[in-house]
Amino acid sequence: MALLTTNYLTPTGREEAWRFTPLRRLSGLHDGSVSITDRKSLSSTGTLQKGVTFQRVSRELLSPQSVSEDVIVQRVHAEANDIALLEIAPNTKVSEIIHLQRLLTGPLGAELSRVRISIAENSQATVLVENSGEVVLGEDIEIYVGKGAELTFISLQEWDSASVYAARHHAMVDKDASFTSITVTIGGSLVRVLPTVDFLAPNSSAELLGVYFATEGQHFEHRIHVDHGVPNAKSRVNFKGALAGDGAHTVWIGDVLIRSAAEGTDTYELNRNLLLSDGARADSVPNLEIETGEIVGAGHASTTGRFDDEQLFYLMSRGIKMDDARRLVVRGFFAEIISKIPNETVQERLMNRIDDELTKAGA
Amino acid sequence: MSTLEIRGLEVSVITEKGPIEILRGVDLTIASGETHAIMGPNGSGKSTLAYSIAGHPKYTVTGGTVTLDGANVLEMTVDERAKAGLFLAMQYPVEVPGVSVSNFLRTAATALRGEAPKLRTWVGEVKEAMNALNMDPSFSERNVNEGFSGGEKKRHEIMQLELLKPKIAILDETDSGLDVDALRIVSEGVNRAKEANSLGVVLITHYTRILRYIKPDFVHVFANGRVVEEGGSELADKLEEKGYAEYVGS
Repeated sequence: MALLTTNYLTPTGREEAWRFTPLRRLSGLHDGSVSITDRKSLSSTGTLQKGVTFQRVSRELLSPQSVSEDVIVQRVHAEANDIALLEIAPNTKVSEIIHLQRLLTGPLGAELSRVRISIAENSQATVLVENSGEVVLGEDIEIYVGKGAELTFISLQEWDSASVYAARHHAMVDKDASFTSITVTIGGSLVRVLPTVDFLAPNSSAELLGVYFATEGQHFEHRIHVDHGVPNAKSRVNFKGALAGDGAHTVWIGDVLIRSAAEGTDTYELNRNLLLSDGARADSVPNLEIETGEIVGAGHASTTGRFDDEQLFYLMSRGIKMDDARRLVVRGFFAEIISKIPNETVQERLMNRIDDELTKAGA
Repeated sequence: MSTLEIRGLEVSVITEKGPIEILRGVDLTIASGETHAIMGPNGSGKSTLAYSIAGHPKYTVTGGTVTLDGANVLEMTVDERAKAGLFLAMQYPVEVPGVSVSNFLRTAATALRGEAPKLRTWVGEVKEAMNALNMDPSFSERNVNEGFSGGEKKRHEIMQLELLKPKIAILDETDSGLDVDALRIVSEGVNRAKEANSLGVVLITHYTRILRYIKPDFVHVFANGRVVEEGGSELADKLEEKGYAEYVGS
């Protein structure tokens, strides 16, 4: 199976899709030089409500439903032997959050992981994927949101500091369905996530939210792609990032494509970055490609700035110390998105992690 | 008993074209329990005086002294000035997204009192302060100054004044943008703080309107970056009648 890797054009770093990524730090996920082991880390812990199933199925039974130009996703499609399949039956309201976690037992080494999350028509659920530990992991998560269904998909990248994670989180959203994702990236050496959306039928909607906090030496990259190929779909993107420390690098790409058939499209994307120290770099590239003028709205905004001195002055003028004022402002900056995670324990854990990162960075 | 002494204060602001001198030797002494009105036309430096005393980084002190009970205020960081007992009610309070009023107030009270206030008594304290200023309880869950109306921002400032109990408060155009009812409510808040804590007040304003509710012991006329005339409350009546014309260009 290793032969397959020769079919791919190994990125050189000059390609648009790879120009920000430090390829040398991908541990060979992109050029096939890494040896893949048969680790199957994604696990369901706890009991699943009726109508929810989690199992592993063989690749022969479940082929990918989407194509990707990403070489790592292609490798995952070609080489992952089985698929972690989470299914939610039709007309099911899943009240408890469905937790998926990494169990890093079994053989050490790099892993290629295929995941399918499928929520059938008129069902509602929230799926939380907690990523932690030390990994070299290439992953493709395909998410199908059936007609009239509502899915919230939360992925927490709290990897150990040496980890490499390159993944696509791809949602296919059917008629009258709505998809919300919250992507949180605060741990890892190199994290490259592609949150992408295809609308399969009209009146569908997607909201992609994210926060990231990179400190010394970390490379966190989020490449959003929203494909409006059907009429009357709505998309919102809002990613907020903070950076502190030497060599902290974040990349946010927001590609939105409105095809000629996509009349009535309503889209807006936003990226805000907070630079907390010198030596950090935030790249932010919104791209809007519009092939029809018959739309409701399309816009984007991107800002990158330092602490707002007026905010710090206001807080300090009430006796709050500089460090505490900064912490309040950073917490407040992220709260808009983190407060949407429907689990207070997780919210608090993330906020505390952000405090720790801030303290560590001495920002 | 506290005294804020300002002697020969000179302040510049750095602009793209270089420093511009705004305060040109201000002398003022404010003691506990006293209310000083500072009145003057636009651009006379009243707000610069307020922000300089609070330690805003935009302003550079180039001369003079500011002491609170003998301690050098100009050497203190912004938070240290608050801890020493100074408070600035801002004309344009700043929005802090994602930080709730209740979190902000508790953090400030913790910083100023040196320990977190006991939760049960604190909730009561906040509730009482909000009630007194006709503020809806839902207010404390909103983000600091975000989406507040002009009146709500000013009430929020005065609520902090009542909760944080400073020794000397500078109110920078707290009356601007308030309707008659809000002006009365806010003024009553200031008067309560005066009575409760023997607060010394510096009231910066264009208009005499607020002086009907908060009686000044002293009135200082401010023009071209310094105090040009001083008197009792009768001076305010004169200004009401004749305006600032005779001081401008002096």
